[in-house]
This record gives sequence, structure tokens and C-alpha cells, in this order.
Amino acid sequence: MLLEIDDITLHYGRIQALHGISLHVNEGEVVALIGANGAGKSTIMRAISGLRAVSSGAIRFQGEDISKVRADLRVARGICQAPEGRGVFPGMTVQENLEMGAYIRRDHAAIAQDMERVYGLFPRLLERRKQAGGTLSGGEQQMLAVGRALMARPKLLLLDEPSMGLAPMIIQQIFTIITEINQQGTTVLLVEQNAQQALSRAHRAYVLETGNIVKEGTGADLLHDPAVKAAYLGVA
Amino acid sequence: MTTETVKKQRWKLNLRDRFQDLPLPARITAMAVFVVLLYLLPTKAFYENLGFPIPMGSGYLPFYTTGSDMAGVLFQCGYYILLALGLNVVLGYAGLLDLGFFGFFAVGAYTVALLTSPESKLITEYNWFESPWPWLVTVPIAIALAMLSGVLLGWPTLRLRGDYLAIVTLGFAEIIRIVAKNQDWILNGDRGIPSVGHPPGTYSNGEAIFELDFAPYYWLVLTVIIVVIFLIRNLANSRVGRAWVAIREDEDAAELMGVPTFKFKLWAFAIGAAIGGLSGSLWAGQANFVNSATFSLENSILVLAAVLLGGAGSIGGAILGGFLVIYLPEWLRSVGDVFGWPTQVTVGGIHIDVSPTSLRFVIFGALLIVVMIYRPQGLWPNRRRAAELKDRQKEVAPVE
Repeated sequence: MLLEIDDITLHYGRIQALHGISLHVNEGEVVALIGANGAGKSTIMRAISGLRAVSSGAIRFQGEDISKVRADLRVARGICQAPEGRGVFPGMTVQENLEMGAYIRRDHAAIAQDMERVYGLFPRLLERRKQAGGTLSGGEQQMLAVGRALMARPKLLLLDEPSMGLAPMIIQQIFTIITEINQQGTTVLLVEQNAQQALSRAHRAYVLETGNIVKEGTGADLLHDPAVKAAYLGVA
Repeated sequence: MTTETVKKQRWKLNLRDRFQDLPLPARITAMAVFVVLLYLLPTKAFYENLGFPIPMGSGYLPFYTTGSDMAGVLFQCGYYILLALGLNVVLGYAGLLDLGFFGFFAVGAYTVALLTSPESKLITEYNWFESPWPWLVTVPIAIALAMLSGVLLGWPTLRLRGDYLAIVTLGFAEIIRIVAKNQDWILNGDRGIPSVGHPPGTYSNGEAIFELDFAPYYWLVLTVIIVVIFLIRNLANSRVGRAWVAIREDEDAAELMGVPTFKFKLWAFAIGAAIGGLSGSLWAGQANFVNSATFSLENSILVLAAVLLGGAGSIGGAILGGFLVIYLPEWLRSVGDVFGWPTQVTVGGIHIDVSPTSLRFVIFGALLIVVMIYRPQGLWPNRRRAAELKDRQKEVAPVE
């Protein structure tokens, strides 16, 4: 088990956002978290990457509890997140953004290789290499955010709403690439509102409602679950 | 964007790029000539030998400040440029809004005053040491104490973001000033500390170099500025510099890339504070007398104006801004003599003082507003900061 979340709770001030969440991600999997707005999906991501401290419970990564470890040190352990709302550095060029992704690394030759790999996955980024991140389109920014997270060579890649605000064509592209990344050996945990895409791409998935996990199963199972269909897939 | 503005920007970039494209020896020569000119600025001979016609009135060239000693104005510009360079690290690089930057200047100045004045209470009342210390020895102590106060202030407050940090730093500078004003057992309250030491050195005839003449002080501060520029440049181009850019542009994303954000913010704060303290110790070395009246809030705001006017994140901008906020008002003071501006108009029997001397801050303020409207990225912007600004404008009001 690569990541194991054991009964975590999390508060924003007095408001409890997570009510005892437990989930796990095995090595080599794509796991999806689906749920409505405000269900706590992004909060779980923030707890894993360390932007928010949990109130109780444990987050074990490769068997070690990292719930007290600082966010920047979790990156060094192999957890890297492409943040929600893309979070590219607007004043840095595409190239500089990718270099920032490799900030914790000093193996320059391997960094150059990974840069090639990212440009191979996203040829659009190669075209825009010298352009400022802030001037990219939404889809390109999403590609950059994913590419930048890959530059840290994560063992676990966290993707927070990779399809947010994108055209259906681009969503298709992004998910194809996520599958590709996974096949190249990176474990992926992704949060999505686009349940159709997420469930058809994921090995396993969890359904989240108001800070609780209400269902779990393989992607295919949940895709055919009547309750999930009604609530998230818009099928009566 | 119209084609005309595109053309204009391209031309500007070209000017900068063209200089960058010059061969290294040519660039070094150009910089060296420029630096020599800077050292010559306070000497009258420099202006007279340029061969420009001397305008009416008492002065030299129109840009020589006749209303006050040119070397004095240049020295003041010098320590404001240092302050602007320091705040530029905090605000321009790391993106932390510090409204009380002058507080570190005060720490530096008071440290020098307390250690170098024979009338310091440390000597007269507490007998910590027998005779005042030489100025030069106290400068590193002043820098270290300013840095320490930066760390002490930053440690609890740098976990705050944006507006909160601005308020806390504003409070810090005011606390320093008010304590200095009211506290009697060491800082001597409003009466201040007299006979502060000067930098060392004598001419061959035995006269001290650093006395009443401002020119040597200007040369000293100019030299310090050049050294500081080299240090900051190297820092900005290092891993630390890249981390600062990332923090400024998106702090969460920076953290997710593995940047220890708190540590680097604290570093920016400490380095900025050290430069502020250095500036204060240079000022104290000239001032002779230090009391709390010097450290009013408007100074912090003036330094902030300097950084924003010049262009946050750019060393050239900080220098230009620091120079302008001091030089412009002083120049306006004398410009009336040069152009024969009336000093008074009478409207309905009321005499209104319209001399540039008394209107100088009005004019300066108006200029600031005009610049901020038409050139919000500053006069000498950092390219990357300009791009960030555009990105933010897009969020506030989408432009087609």
C-alpha cells in the first residue's frame, strides 16, 4: 500500500470539513475521488499534500505517518500535487514553471530527460516554451500544472480537478495523458467532478458526501451503480 | 492591444536587449564610465566643465538643486536608494508587503548612536564601556541587530498573509518610534542622542574626511550601494531567488513544489532588514544627532513609494525610485529660481503661496498618481513582475 489514510478529521476554524475519512491507494493504481461541490474532495488533497494540517488521524505514506511532516518535505518523499485552479506561476515561462517543478532535485541530467518526457506528453507546451504561464489558455495551463508536478518525479501524483473549466475535447486529452502517465509507472490519486471520465479511467474510486465516504468500489462498478448514476452521472 | 503599443514595447525591449547583446568589454566600459560620472555628481566642477549654459539665478545646471546642498541631497538619495533596495528584496522579490520598513533603519541608527556617542547612557550611566566605540565597528553590529529584529518580527508574523502582514509591520515601525520617543532610561526620549560618531579617515593635512562636507558621505554610500547591488543580484539569480519568485507568484503552488516557504520568507525579511539597518547606520554616521522625530511613518511610506514608482522586483527600479522620491521634491525647491516661477498669487485679497518649494509634495504626489495610472508596473519594471501584473488585471477586469 503506497498511501493509507486512517480515520482523519479536519477543521476549518469551527467547521468540520472531514468526518473520519479512511481510504488507501495501492502502488500503480489510478484512484478517483468523486463528489459534489463542498463534499471535501479538495480538502483531502490538501491534507495529503500538507497544505492543511489534519485534526486527528494518520496519513501513512509507504508505511510512515507523514501527517506531521511539513508540506515541502512531503514533496521530497514523493508526493506531488497539481493544485486546484491550476496554480501555474503566471510570470514564469513554461520552461521556468517546469524547472520549478524539479526544485527539490539536483540531478541535472535526469531533470533534462524528464523535461523531454513532459514535452513529449504535451507537445503544446514545447511550442509555448518561452511564453509566460499566465498567457496560456486554460487547457494549456492544466497541462503545464500536470507536467510541472511530474517534474518532481513523484511516486504519488495528486490531481485536483484536472478537468475544471475545460472543453470536452481537452478533457479527453488530459485523461488520456493521465492514463499514459499511470502506465509509465506513476500512481495517481485524482479528484473529479466529471464522474463519467474519472470512473471510466480509474481502477478504484471513492464517493464523498459532506466529509464522509459513502461508497467505494472499482471504477466500473460505481459507473453502473444506480445511486451514483442518479447523483453524479445525470442518468435517471 | 493596439499595434502601436506593441511596437513601443518592442522598441523598449530592444533597448534593453541591445545593451545585453553588446560584447562584455563594451558593457563593462559603459558601466565604468557611468559609475565614474556618478562619483563626480556632487562636484561643482563636473557641472561647470560640461559646458552647458548656466541658467539664470544662482545655480548651475537646471538639475542641480540650488535650494539645498547638492551633495547633501545626493547623500539622502543614497540612503533612500539603499532602503529601496532592501524593501525591494522583501516586497519586490518575496512579495511581502512591509509597511514599516523604516523601523529597521531606526534600529540601525540607534545602535550606532548608542555605541558611538560619548553621551550615550550606556557610558554615562551604566558604565558598560569606558569610551565610545569607533563608527566602523558598530556598523556590523547595527546590521546584525536589524537582521535580528527582522527575524523576531518575521517569526510570528510571516505565517500571516497579505493585509495582515502589512498591518503588523506598520505597527512594528510605530512601536519603535513611540518607544524611542517616550523611553528615557537608555534612548533618552525626545532629547535624543547627540555627538554620534562619524566614519573614520583623515586627509593628509590631518582634517577629518567625514565632517560637515556631504560629498565624502555620498561617495561612501555610493560605494556601499554598488556592493549591495552585486550581492542582491547574485542572490536573485540563485535558488533562493527562484524560490522567492515562486512564493510571490503563488505561495501554495510554491509549497507544493517543495519550497520551504516560511524559511525563505524569513530570509527575505532578514536580508531586507539588514540592508535597512545598514542604511540607518550610514545615516547616523552623518547625522550627528539621533532622535525619534526622524522615524515617522511617512518615511516608510516614502520608501514604499520609491519601490513601486521605480518598479517592484527590479534593482534598477529601486535605484531610480529611491533617487526620485528624494531628488524630485528637492529639485522642485530650486526650480522656481531657475524658471522665474511666481512665489505668490493673490486671489480676492488672499495671498496664496504657490512657490514650488511649498508645493513640492503636492506636485510629487500628483506625479506619483499619474505614473501609477499610466504605468502601474513602475518606471523601470521587472519583466516578470509586469507579466504577473497583467495576469492579475485579467482576473479583476477581463480586457479584450
